[in-house]
Amino acid sequence: MSLIDLANPSRFSELAARLLPWLIAVTLLAFAIGGISAYLAPDDYQQGATVKIMFIHVPAAWLGIFAWVLMSVAALGTLVWRHPLADVAAKAAAPIGAAFTLMCLLTGSLWGRPMWGTYWVWDARLTSVLILFLMYLGVIALWRTIEDPTHAARAAAVLTLVGLINIPIIKFSVDWWNTLHQGASVLRLSGSTIHVSILVPLLAMLVAFTLLFFTLHLAAMRNEILRRRLRTMMMIQAQAAA
Amino acid sequence: MSTALGPYAAFIVAAYLAALVIVAALVAWIMLDQRYLMRLIEDMEMRGMGRRSRRGEKKP
Repeated sequence: MSLIDLANPSRFSELAARLLPWLIAVTLLAFAIGGISAYLAPDDYQQGATVKIMFIHVPAAWLGIFAWVLMSVAALGTLVWRHPLADVAAKAAAPIGAAFTLMCLLTGSLWGRPMWGTYWVWDARLTSVLILFLMYLGVIALWRTIEDPTHAARAAAVLTLVGLINIPIIKFSVDWWNTLHQGASVLRLSGSTIHVSILVPLLAMLVAFTLLFFTLHLAAMRNEILRRRLRTMMMIQAQAAA
Repeated sequence: MSTALGPYAAFIVAAYLAALVIVAALVAWIMLDQRYLMRLIEDMEMRGMGRRSRRGEKKP
């Protein structure tokens, strides 16, 4: 199967059906490894056992951002090449990205209460992530508002690319402003500041969550292709009845 | 509440539960959506509304 064949939604669906069982198995294995290493990880010398929240909070934050970047690449595919599979990829990623961003906000809030003494503070990092969540809801609403998927894809693509400006704001908010949220500790030019005994389980969970994202996204893309096939069939039926 | 997870065990458990609920909801949504779409497509195909590509295929 050549790369151009994958651009065909039907061929893509066939490939997704073959890949999904393997992806599910690898994801479950990755979660087993990540879960055990997170369970066995030592407590932090300052934060105690609450550091275990990091093993779900950081991957959720990473995927909330990653999904928007993926949607932005797909948006270019929609606007520049007008490729239907790009529309499908963007639409399928939005609810998954929203869910992981919500997970990031909830777990961060539950981590913040014992460590900062508050569930929420309007600092730049927390506010920019909340804006990301609201933008996800906006894109999902836009997809649902416009009936024609081609028109909806173009409108959602423009909104996605406008929203891309928020991604560097989220990343650098802790450097540009004084925030209660800590600075970068994993992705730093000078290397991670996290001790290896906590960094290894964190990386294992990052891999597991990323695999989960790809599994869910592939399944959601297959569903979206089915939805479009159904829409076409219903239109043919309506035309035949007219 | 003080357990092996320390005095903040409730927050740790709540965070993991929240993550579990969100992932379970995502998985359920995708599985139920697929089942719903497949049922509708099968229903349409049973009523003779096949795919355009299949309708155009030559029979052997």
